[in-house]
This record gives sequence, C-alpha cells and structure tokens, in this order.
Amino acid sequence: MARAVTPRRKSLNTALAWAVGLLIFFPILWTILTSFKTEAQAIASPPLFLNFNWTLENYAIVQERSDYMRFLWNSVIIAGGSTILGVIIAVPAAWAMAFVPSKRTKDILLWMLSTKMLPAVGVLYPIYLLFIRLGLLDTRGGLVVVLMLINLPIIVWMLYTYFREIPGEILEAARMDGATLKEEILYVLTPMAIPGIASTVLLNFILAWNEAFWTLNLTAVDAAPLTAFIASYSSPEGLFFAKLSAASTMAIAPILILGWFSQKQLVRGLTFGAVK
Amino acid sequence: MATQHSRSVARLMMAPAVVLLLGWMLVPLTMTLYFSFKKYLPLRGGDLGWVGFDNYVRFVSSSSFWPAVQATLVIVGGVLVITVVLGILLAMLLDQPMWGQGVVRILVIAPFFVMPTVSALVWKNMFMDPVNGLLAHLWRFFGAEPISWLSEASMTSIIMIVSWQWLPFATLILLTAIQSLDSEQLEAAEMDGAPVLKRFYHIVLPHLSRAITIVILIQTIFLLSIFAEIFVTTGGAFGTRTLTYLIFQRVLESQNVGLGSAGGVYAIILANIVAIFLMRIVGKNLDA
Repeated sequence: MARAVTPRRKSLNTALAWAVGLLIFFPILWTILTSFKTEAQAIASPPLFLNFNWTLENYAIVQERSDYMRFLWNSVIIAGGSTILGVIIAVPAAWAMAFVPSKRTKDILLWMLSTKMLPAVGVLYPIYLLFIRLGLLDTRGGLVVVLMLINLPIIVWMLYTYFREIPGEILEAARMDGATLKEEILYVLTPMAIPGIASTVLLNFILAWNEAFWTLNLTAVDAAPLTAFIASYSSPEGLFFAKLSAASTMAIAPILILGWFSQKQLVRGLTFGAVK
Repeated sequence: MATQHSRSVARLMMAPAVVLLLGWMLVPLTMTLYFSFKKYLPLRGGDLGWVGFDNYVRFVSSSSFWPAVQATLVIVGGVLVITVVLGILLAMLLDQPMWGQGVVRILVIAPFFVMPTVSALVWKNMFMDPVNGLLAHLWRFFGAEPISWLSEASMTSIIMIVSWQWLPFATLILLTAIQSLDSEQLEAAEMDGAPVLKRFYHIVLPHLSRAITIVILIQTIFLLSIFAEIFVTTGGAFGTRTLTYLIFQRVLESQNVGLGSAGGVYAIILANIVAIFLMRIVGKNLDA
C-alpha cells in the first residue's frame, strides 16, 4: 500500500530495512564469498571480505572428489519426478473438487491435509522395512514415490485454491455451446489453469529438493541427492571451509533462483489458503 | 448444475489421489501400531513376541524420555517466540514505503530456500566453529573468549539455526496479512493522535491474530519433526536429543523397533493434537 510519507521517513525506512535484510542474508552471502577463497584465506584472521584472490579451484575439487554432478542429477530426478507425478495425480482430483463439489469435498480436503501432519519419524521403520522388502532402498524410484506422497496434499490444496478462482460460468457457457468434457478440459480449463499449475510445480519442486528426512534415511550411495551430499561434509575430516562453501553454493544456487519466483505461491501453498 | 454423470466422473478423478493417500496413511500406521506391541529387535533375534503395552511404558520411563520432551519443548518454544516476534517487527518494517522493497523482500526470504543440511553445516562450521568461525572472530574482536557454540550453548545454537530458517516463513505470512490491513483506519488513528504502541495493540495486533495463530500452528507441526539440523550438528548430543531424534535413534541406530514404534505412536498423537486446531481454522476458511 503506497502511503504518502516524508522523504526523510522513507530514507530511514530504506536504510533500516536494507540493514536488516543484508544481516539476514549474510550467512548465504558469506558462504558464496568463501567458496571463491583458498582454504588458507577462508580461515584467515581477521576474516577477509572482498580483498582476496578469487579462485574457482574449490568448485573443480568438489566436482572431482565427490562427483557433484551425480548428486545433482539425483536431486533433479527425485524432486522433478515426484512433482510431476504428484501433479498428474492431483490435477484430476483438484479439478473434481473445485468444479463438482459435493457435501464431502471439504472433509476429503481436510483429511488429505491431515495426512501431511503425520510425523515422518512415526512411520520411519515401516517405510524402511517396506523399502528393504521391495528392493527400493537407495533407489531414485522409491524416493520419487515417497516424496510425491508427502507433498501430494499440498499439491491438491494449491491446485484446488487456483481452480476455484476460475469462474464457473465460463465452463457452463462452454457446456451450453455443446463442448464435451474432454473439450472443456482441453480448450477451456487448461489455458486458464496453467499459471496455477506452474506455481504449484515450482513450490513443490523446491519443497522436494530441500526435503531432508527421507532423503537422508532412505539413501546411501546410488540415489543420494544433494541433501545427503552436503551431510557427508559434516564429518570432521571433510571440514574445509572453502570446499564446504563451494559444495553448499552449488546445492542451493538453483533453488535460490527458483525461489525468487515463488514468493507469492509460498504463502498460498504453505498456509493451505488460510492466509491471503 | 452437477449431474449424476459428472458426479461419478468426479469421483473417478479423485480416486487415485484418495486411494494413494489412504494407503500412505493406513499401511505404515498399522505397521507402527503392530510393532509397538511387540518386542522386535531385527539384529538381535528378530520378532520376540507380543509384549502388550510394555514398550509404551518403557519409552516414557526411560531416562532419556523427559530430557527429550524438554529439549523438544525448548526448541519449538524458543523458535516460535523468536520467529513470531521478529516476524511481526520485520513484516511491519517491510510494509513501510521504501526504495528497493522487492530486493529487501528477497534478501529476507532467501534463508527459507536453503536446504536444512546446508544451513546447519554453514552455521556449524563457518559461524559457530570455536576457532575459525565468524562469531569466534567477533568475540575476540571485542576481547571476549570465543564460545564452543554447539557443545557449551547447544540449545541456543540449534534455536538460532532453526529460527534463521523459519523467520522468512513467519515474516512472509505476517506481511501478507498486514498488507490486507485497511491503511485508512491506521491513518485515522494516527490523525487522532493515537501513539504508536496504542495503534499497534488496538489495530495491528488484532488484525494479525489469525495469521499469527496459523504461523504458530504450521511451524509447530514442522518444528516438532526437525531432524537434519540436529543430525549434522550435534547428532543428538549435548542435550539436543528431541523426541523425533530419540525415536530415530531407537529405530535405526539401536534397532529396537518395538520401543521406537511406541515412541512413534506418541509422536503421532502429539502432532495430531496440534493438527486438530489447525484444521479447525483452515476448515472455517473453506466455508467463507
């Protein structure tokens, strides 16, 4: 809301907000800066901010030593696969709830949400056991399914809130003109639903990318995504600030960029439409 | 009007999602319940028969139970207080007219997109390391003795890390709520000479109450099950073993599945108590 304020007050606001914003962002900035230092410069005392010799060697070493690309690829497959699969299953469900609501729609929606509240640790062993029995432990396929299931309620909810904003009259008009259900979905609904679906895909990709309970507990080597790759740096012998920073930067950079585009969806997706 | 035909089509369209989620809920839940009544040690004899409520009693009477409850409450409570209070202040600040609002918003939100293992490790090493961490440099600069954060002030450290991750979420939701506040009302109050604090208590805070409730409920559900942050920092040592972490250790580290499952049932009950309140608010909103 643009309110009329004095330039002095606006300057004060700006200075304060930027100071706080930079303070909150600082750990990320510091990580990115450190990733371009040598190990000696990374632990120099006093700390070096910009006056160091920028180098890319950490990125080369991280890639060479730990095969970053393989972890990245696993992250892409697991986050992307679970999101796409989730959307394929959720679109028809959300469509039905939004356009053909019945008395039970609300209960079904709330029940779906309640499955999201199930604490993961409460079902850790059963899932672990099922994964062993079905040969899914440390496979990307297994994780795609699990992450799809834990995010499915959010996907259905987000799509539902977007679909509900599509005016029903347009559908009725299409029906009057003799459009079949298939034509209705393909030519009327899809173009109007695409922005909502895109937002849903974006947010859920981010959530799946950062998921760090199942990805840590159900993978070992082959299917390990970036969350597990970073966790492997927690052992003392892997403690090199510059390399840790390079690895961290590579793990978060793609998602930070996507995140910039998803600020609005974040509120809608994570409050289940309760805050607008 | 929905016809009989479109109703059955709709039911068919919902079926895959409903069936999958029903399976995802019922199958593991049934298994957890089943194991919780058994003495089950996969590495030491396997299934050793039914034991009734023995695991439930043993889980709560073990010496690590109450410390774990306490650690959980301190972490959840600490993070909630910090993120809600700072979140309100930040949201009010970001709502003010300023230059570069969009960029500041991005800077503030960014930590939410950092994966938990990265934020925990970056804080642990580059900030909290007692020798080379940035905080150690800062302490020395002011002539103080650097702190071994994760061993001497382990709870404070974990609360700091997790608050940093969740502050953006609280801020963003509260900012969304603040922006829907009628600014004319505020301006009128300002004209009438109502002091800043009074305006805050009588206009801003009541308007935000629903958003604050939602932030608290949603964060509680997520905070009750934080895992990676503890896994890569203290590994549950130095009094940071939460209920979630204790169950994880019982199940996967010591492979005492019966005992861990009983703990899991407690965790599920606890999460459901919080969830019921959240559902009520979300449900009310659906009717509107």
